[in-house]
Amino acid sequence: MTVRIDNCFETLKLTNKKALIAFLTAGDPNYNLSLELIKSLPEAGADIIEIGMPFSDPMADGPSIQASSLRAINSGHKMEKTFEMIESFRKDNSHTPIILMGYFNPIYNYGVNSFIKKIIDIEVDGVIVVDLPPEEDNELCDALEIADLSFIRLVTPTTNSDRLNKILQKTSGFLYYVSIAGITGSKRPEMNEVETAVKEIKTKTNIPIGVGFGIRTKDDIERIGTFADGVIVGSVLVDIIKNNENESAIKDKIVKKVREFASAV
Amino acid sequence: MDKLNSYKLGPDQNGRFGIFGGRFVAETLMPLILDLEKSYQQAKEDDSFISELAYLNKYYTGRPSPLYFAERLTDYLKTAKIYFKRDELNHTGSHKINNCLGQILLAKRMGKTRIIAETGAGQHGVAVATVSARFGLPCVIYMGAKDIERQKPNVFRMKLLGAKVVPVRSGNATLKDAMNEALRDWVANVNDTFYIIGTVAGPHPYPEMVRDFQSIIGKETKEQILDQEGRLPDQLIACIGGGSNAMGLFYPFLDDINVKITGIEAGGMGLQGDKHCASLTAGRPGVLHGNRTYLLQDDEGQIIEGHSISAGLDYPGIGPEHAWLKESGRVQYVAITDSEAVEAFKICTKTEGIIPALEPSHAIAHLINIAPNLSKNDLVVMNLCGRGDKDIFTIAEHLNMEI
Repeated sequence: MTVRIDNCFETLKLTNKKALIAFLTAGDPNYNLSLELIKSLPEAGADIIEIGMPFSDPMADGPSIQASSLRAINSGHKMEKTFEMIESFRKDNSHTPIILMGYFNPIYNYGVNSFIKKIIDIEVDGVIVVDLPPEEDNELCDALEIADLSFIRLVTPTTNSDRLNKILQKTSGFLYYVSIAGITGSKRPEMNEVETAVKEIKTKTNIPIGVGFGIRTKDDIERIGTFADGVIVGSVLVDIIKNNENESAIKDKIVKKVREFASAV
Repeated sequence: MDKLNSYKLGPDQNGRFGIFGGRFVAETLMPLILDLEKSYQQAKEDDSFISELAYLNKYYTGRPSPLYFAERLTDYLKTAKIYFKRDELNHTGSHKINNCLGQILLAKRMGKTRIIAETGAGQHGVAVATVSARFGLPCVIYMGAKDIERQKPNVFRMKLLGAKVVPVRSGNATLKDAMNEALRDWVANVNDTFYIIGTVAGPHPYPEMVRDFQSIIGKETKEQILDQEGRLPDQLIACIGGGSNAMGLFYPFLDDINVKITGIEAGGMGLQGDKHCASLTAGRPGVLHGNRTYLLQDDEGQIIEGHSISAGLDYPGIGPEHAWLKESGRVQYVAITDSEAVEAFKICTKTEGIIPALEPSHAIAHLINIAPNLSKNDLVVMNLCGRGDKDIFTIAEHLNMEI
């Protein structure tokens, strides 16, 4: 529901806070631990949870998130299990917005109508599909709009003002500003440029703006919080899964990292 | 049902061939491919672009390539008159150069200063490295680490030509991963970089543009067969990986409905298991690398790595126009196994004194299979799109021979 995301940003605004949007891949490194990690995010300070639907060929993602997708696929993860995880999460949490992020092929393969029906059912709030630009709106975005689900758009440093206007016409929830021309988890954004770009977009829309790609430090998060409405962290979290064998160490470190980031927004 | 007036009208303004094709790319790339589309539409109407490309095709590549009557193979098969379109005689040894020259001229027009590309067998990589050297632009070729191992001569050629060859270890370390990596490079270097895609796949306008540059194969064939035989052929046959040589031969003949057209996919070790690359005969529609097309994928929509003895056919997708031609029924698609291809390779080499690449060996194998059903008066044109020097190590291994 779009309203859950809207409420989240409005509530944060009342206390002059910004949203921390935490990304993890469903099923990484296995179903049980992944579910536990996702359940631990709200208490650690994540305001919105972005859950990656694994895909074998994530073209817009860097090595960290690609490896995370492959860990999930290799552990036998399936789309249905992503839905099961969300159902289980919703049993104890009805307020944290959940956004599904991924690539179109697994959704197309599942069937667009079945997919929408299912995510309404399990109370997903929005969807990000990296390889569906506005030119392909009739594939999924139009149907999501009718179903009152947010289709969260990406705006990038290459988006010119004509495209921006087109993108803003059909955006709900929040706008995802991609801080670099590049892939996730790669180069560090040039903060002054990001600030200029976000301020420019803000002259054209009231919709909240989240900034992601290459955000790894508390300092960057603090800085982004001064001009944007939310910040998205992903690669830095999934790297913890890659770099640790011990399951309780993974959980401790991810919770600690999210707490640290939450204190900066 | 509506009857089509022409099979040559695609793609539409959204880059679609029926439901296939499209522009399934990240927002970062959208402005670039729109810009590319605009530049290409302008260039193809521009006399100076057309004449420069024609000049290079003639004097650099050596076009037109001969249409050769394969007399000894015809005698051996006791069947229809078989013609080879000799695109293996092109500079760099395959049809890939036709497309690379077109795209690098476009890159120059657009003021791009850096070239990137993906390659599987290395034929496209060599062609890109060649045109980059010719036009003095730095180039980076992404190649699966596994392919680098099995295609060493081409890797060496690319390096001699001044290209930087980057091994791709992500995913399965073959062609589709090389394409992912090239797309990642492009996203990160949007201002100065031109991505030369090697086949009729990828986001619009690539499938159309690559087809147009390769169509010189079919245009020449039409003139040559009319000149030599006074009539159009009864059949066209070409191998298909991504489908660029086939699209190039087929396109000018699509509306000549009496010409039967067949595309030959890599059947690998047979279509029963997953050791093949027959996306059209054994896959189903999906979305990958910017377009909707037939793909090899599992129940979850995860892309499956194909297998073929020929690294050039080893791609889990296929150009979207082929997907549309299959569904429209205009072109038939058939799979040929590794072993059939090797047998055909041997027969062609011994009867014609031409060592074909393993890719067109698949097309020759199909010709051998259908020979008993053909009439002596039939004319068949097969696109001999690449030469086999690069494959001698693979063949030796398959036949347990020492070089």
